Amino acid sequence: MNILVCISKAPDTTSKIAFTNGDTQFDENGVQYIVNPYDEWYALVRALELKEAQGGNVTIITVGSASDDAVIRKALAIGADDAVRIDATAQDAYYTAMQISEYAKGKGFDLILTGKETIDYNGSQVAGMIAEALELPYISIATKLDVNGSTVKCEREIVGGVQEVEVATPVVISCAKGMAEQRIPNMRGIMAARTKPLNVVAPAAIDALTSYASYSMPAAKSSVKLIDPNNLDELVTLLHNEAKVI
Amino acid sequence: MNLVYINSANGLSKAALETVTYAKKLGGDVAVVTNGAADAATLTTLGNYGASVVLQDNTLDGQDHGQLVQLVAAAAQKVGAQTIIFSHDLIGKAVAPRLSVRLKAGLVAGAVALPEANGNIKVNVFSGKAFGYVQVKTSQRIISLLPNSIQPENNASSCSVEAFSAQAGASAIKVLATKKPEGAIPLPEAELVVSAGRGLKGPENWGIVEDLANALGAATACSRPVADIGWRPHHEHVGQTGVAIRPNLYIAAGISGAIQHLAGVNGSKVIVVINTDAEAPFFKAADYGIVGDAFEILPRFTEAVKKFKAAQH
Ligand SMILES: Cc1cc2nc3c(=O)[nH]c(=O)nc-3n(C[C@H](O)[C@H](O)[C@H](O)COP(=O)(O)OP(=O)(O)OC[C@H]3O[C@@H](n4cnc5c(N)ncnc54)[C@H](O)[C@@H]3O)c2cc1C
Ligand SMILES: Nc1ncnc2c1ncn2[C@@H]1O[C@H](COP(=O)(O)O)[C@@H](O)[C@H]1O
Repeated sequence: MNILVCISKAPDTTSKIAFTNGDTQFDENGVQYIVNPYDEWYALVRALELKEAQGGNVTIITVGSASDDAVIRKALAIGADDAVRIDATAQDAYYTAMQISEYAKGKGFDLILTGKETIDYNGSQVAGMIAEALELPYISIATKLDVNGSTVKCEREIVGGVQEVEVATPVVISCAKGMAEQRIPNMRGIMAARTKPLNVVAPAAIDALTSYASYSMPAAKSSVKLIDPNNLDELVTLLHNEAKVI
Repeated sequence: MNLVYINSANGLSKAALETVTYAKKLGGDVAVVTNGAADAATLTTLGNYGASVVLQDNTLDGQDHGQLVQLVAAAAQKVGAQTIIFSHDLIGKAVAPRLSVRLKAGLVAGAVALPEANGNIKVNVFSGKAFGYVQVKTSQRIISLLPNSIQPENNASSCSVEAFSAQAGASAIKVLATKKPEGAIPLPEAELVVSAGRGLKGPENWGIVEDLANALGAATACSRPVADIGWRPHHEHVGQTGVAIRPNLYIAAGISGAIQHLAGVNGSKVIVVINTDAEAPFFKAADYGIVGDAFEILPRFTEAVKKFKAAQH
């Protein structure tokens, strides 16, 4: 089984979020990048489990610049076999998805896995766009994944519940919590990652469909109003009359 | 012309009414396309929110999102839609990105407001820690609207309902089983949420959380460690790596307020925090705070809510 796992970098979850250049650019000063948690914890680990049980190959792919190589090596240390980096700055979800589709076209991947969303831009867009570009079925936000031959069984989230579905390979799946458990890379994995192949590929000519014109920060909260623990009636009255939420 | 996709299989959700209202406020006429077998009387009420016509394909069950992509694309062509609107819910997340590729129309995913004067549209970025303003470079555009971003507006009016078919081929997806807990309010749609964390000490203590939720008509949620150790189901986990929610009221008991937790809830309109530790970081993000023991406060809170509700009737 050949599995392609789409890996994005993301700012560490404790990063201070700020913008520069007249609020048009994310301020990367002091920001540590990690593998986007959904891509690492669920998509990549489940791909590795399937490979370990059934054989095959796990390739990771990132659309990014050379500065993303550290994040790619981390994913290789967890156990991916080889990596591809499309040498371009990810401009928007469409641009990213088209680059990945152009690469994957005709290479016979049985599964293309992504995370549920990136924790910086939170679009949940890239996977669906890849599916449409490659004319493949798409399971969005899967919480379980099993493969038997060419039959894929998934559990996916639906409004107010979950659903078990079956689909034939090849298929694109975005992965969420429940699918696998986080793996911590060991020393051997980290050493091996240094010599695993990382193929740098030139980008295809694609025009982005959207861009971020600017950013802003939410208004600061005014300070908390403390309520007497013995007077919950007061809280209920405030929620009704002042906050108007009940 | 603006086109709105709604899922009417289980009646009209508030999120559906929000998207129609949003389309109306963009200006111009509003057409709705829907799948499922909702009756015409139900669908005509969409006129109150601004729709002039509803195109209904009652042959598609909506389980194969690829078929829905074809349905919305066909409807967009029929009505000449310049803007296509989805709710940024589980169906919108699955369908809108594919439609964007099919139509080569820029997608604004997770809009939280109407376009600015310059046409850019505000979205949440960095898990709600900041906002971005998206510029669409194509003339046709797709917007998916985060639930609870605008209120539905009802101005009595009616609309027509027409049968419509996209001739979408066979479903590529076979549904084996569907599990929906009865009566539970889906978390992303809930207006009121009661949430609890490790401060509750164990799953056996969730009765007092559920009592308050029931008294308010709220959904329940939890912090990540609580879901990880199996005290509560995964789908209740809110935060940066769980569900992001923006209810009108978020009540957090026994949750410290770590940055990753706040990321998923800081879009809430009003936050109430209950914590024994006056220094808990969550108080900095709260509108109302109670320094106290959740085991005493939650039952008292429930009683106060019941008293208030009884007095209202
Ligand atoms: C990459 C990453 C992603 C993460 N994503 C998420 C996420 O999506 N969501 C999330 O929630 N966390 C997430 N976390 C974890 C987060 O950092 C915190 O560890 C977690 O939110 C803490 O959960 P908690 O507040 O329930 O527990 P604790 O931090 O243990 O806090 C318990 C709180 O309860 C209070 N308390 C104790 N007893 C009582 C009582 N009797 N009455 C009232 N209060 C009491 C304590 O004072 C304390 O403030 C993530 C972490 C990382 C590294
Ligand atoms: N630059 C990128 N390179 C490779 N994969 C990506 C990139 N950006 C996003 N993805 C994948 O697409 C998923 C969804 O991203 P998004 O649409 O930005 O929420 C992520 O979880 C990744 O698996």
